Amino acid sequence: MTAVVGPALGRDRRAPDGRPPLGAAAGRRAARRRWAWLAAALVLLVLAVVASLALGARAIAPGDVLAALVAPQDGLADHTAVRSLRVPRTLVGLLAGAAFAVAGGVLQSLTRNPLADPGLLGVNAGASLAVVLAVTLLGVTAPAGYVWFALAGAAAAAALVYAVGSSGRLGGAPTTLALAGAALTAGLTSLTTMLVVRDVEAFDAYRFWVVGSLTARGVDAVVALAPFLAAGALAAVAAARVLDVLALGDDTARALGQHVGAGRAVAIGAAVLLAGAATALAGPVVFVGLVVPHLVRRAAAGSHAWLFALAAPVGAALLLAADVVGRLVARPGEVEAGLVVAFLGGPVMIALVHRARVVRP
Amino acid sequence: MSAAVVATPAVPRAAGVAAPAEVRAGRRRRRRREATVTAGALALVVVGVVAGLSLGDYALAPGEAWAALTGAGDALDRTVLWELRLPRAALAVVVGAALALAGGVFQTVFANPLASPDLLGVSGGATVAAVWALLVAGATGAGVTLAAFAGAAVVAGGLLALTRGRDLSGHRFVLTGVAVAFMASGAVGYLLSRAQVRAAQSALVWTAGSLGAARWGEVALVAGALVLALPGLVAGGRVLRALQLGPLAATGLGVRVERARAAVLAVAVVLVAGATSVVGPVAFVALTAPPLARRTVGTGSPALPAVAAVGAVIVLAADLVAQHAVPGVAVPTGVVTGAVGAPYLLWLLARGARS
Repeated sequence: MTAVVGPALGRDRRAPDGRPPLGAAAGRRAARRRWAWLAAALVLLVLAVVASLALGARAIAPGDVLAALVAPQDGLADHTAVRSLRVPRTLVGLLAGAAFAVAGGVLQSLTRNPLADPGLLGVNAGASLAVVLAVTLLGVTAPAGYVWFALAGAAAAAALVYAVGSSGRLGGAPTTLALAGAALTAGLTSLTTMLVVRDVEAFDAYRFWVVGSLTARGVDAVVALAPFLAAGALAAVAAARVLDVLALGDDTARALGQHVGAGRAVAIGAAVLLAGAATALAGPVVFVGLVVPHLVRRAAAGSHAWLFALAAPVGAALLLAADVVGRLVARPGEVEAGLVVAFLGGPVMIALVHRARVVRP
Repeated sequence: MSAAVVATPAVPRAAGVAAPAEVRAGRRRRRRREATVTAGALALVVVGVVAGLSLGDYALAPGEAWAALTGAGDALDRTVLWELRLPRAALAVVVGAALALAGGVFQTVFANPLASPDLLGVSGGATVAAVWALLVAGATGAGVTLAAFAGAAVVAGGLLALTRGRDLSGHRFVLTGVAVAFMASGAVGYLLSRAQVRAAQSALVWTAGSLGAARWGEVALVAGALVLALPGLVAGGRVLRALQLGPLAATGLGVRVERARAAVLAVAVVLVAGATSVVGPVAFVALTAPPLARRTVGTGSPALPAVAAVGAVIVLAADLVAQHAVPGVAVPTGVVTGAVGAPYLLWLLARGARS
């Protein structure tokens, strides 16, 4: 098999931002540029949030949307639609999109693999199987109850795929890890199918959840899962420094006084918390974690703190935009956000796979 | 694995040049070994079929089963055997053979041990089209088959176009297919979420790969695909052996690589579409049967009969497990092959990364 593994993706060994080392003045310029990118990302996010609140199958005037938010009146159908439908799904999209994007960034750096994504690596499939197990066999239905299963499933799948993909001398070849993830996803999905195929009620819930719907969970789920997402975000921030140094290689990182093992553990914890909780919230959404870090990596210029700070708003904006597109293309019906992302993300993945030079995580 | 490919002695050679004696002796040994493996696999097929005929809620001792098979025995025995169990066992055999042959062709054409119709999204294409036909167009029987065939052909054609003139031996090519497969599963999810829940659930059984609906008509369909593909496989044997050495060597041996790939793949698509349209995408059979046959035979790439026999054994065994492992609970056959095949592929990857 060695012969067919082929050259690793991302042979680009230049500085992470693709430019020569910076002087002090250039450093200040780079810092300014990052702030500018962050401002742009936030503007994008605000636009996506506004679109998500304002657009939908039901045409509601912008003034009414605003009124529904600041001074709701009982009994007005438009106000109810905004407050009970659009606000929750916007919150879900905001949190899940940001979480998947940051989790993807963490995984890509951790595995030094431009193709890492919680969906492609089977982490989401592990969370799905565990949630379905909890729902069908144990009768757990509240998000606060099954989030633990989602996290455990995500952690187990992450550990397994990481062990397989990084074993041995050629281990960690980006494509090996991605294929291990595909194999794991296929196996876990067939087990999930076995569980839901006999249980009409569970299947009915599952089929809407598995396509990555932002409407399947309400505000309760957001409240229940927020602590886990916050913990994941904190862990990602804590791991950012270690990931910066780990990019130079394990030995250099050790020589610079980093606890490599502990740093990795924190980073894996961050990815599992974020991907597991986001899967419990919005279903196993693929490709957000793959695409977003690539979009913002150049702007982050080698700093993981910046990578995460940029990936979170862009990921949220992407998932929300996908949701809005899904609402508009099939009126009066909808296409779920996860499906829109899958159809946009598939070609991006093919392009990434075939590109010889990818900015290395 | 690449070493095994290089060691293949069955290179097409210029006409009129006699091979040295030791090469001929090696070929004879190989053929004998292949014949032994094929015979062994066929013996296992017989054992599997007998088990399939005997086991079940209505147990039949092998003797009773034989009596019913030959027309003796009581009427109920005969009905159970001829209408339920024999079609199911026969379907397992033909589906296993078809999928394994298709997998062998894919792996040879792309000179890539991970190239299989399920990983490359070809089965996914067939699934999307068939689920669409079942749920949206309301088709049954032949309509579903046609749709599955069209879906498989579209994905296979797209892959060929997308990878024209590229190196297909690496993981990159397979990942192209993985991306397609993810998109296909998204589309299936969409179709399932739009239909009536009961209809969607029966379509879900189908997407998991199930032999439960086996009747003689279904068996005939898959057998027909096999018969249709057989001349192509026999005629393409020489081309396949050349393609296995990689596109450069094949060109050197006088094979028009692009055309040969397209022609042989078309045959494989017939097999995949035939099997998938009847039982759904039974996961990992096409991926695992050829390397299993290769490991058992030893060096080189085994002849297609051995691959087909191993595939039949795999599906028969998986179907027996699916029906009888948990008493009273029949799981889709594809769930069993998926649950066993995924660890196998992971192991293959871990080993490949290490060696």
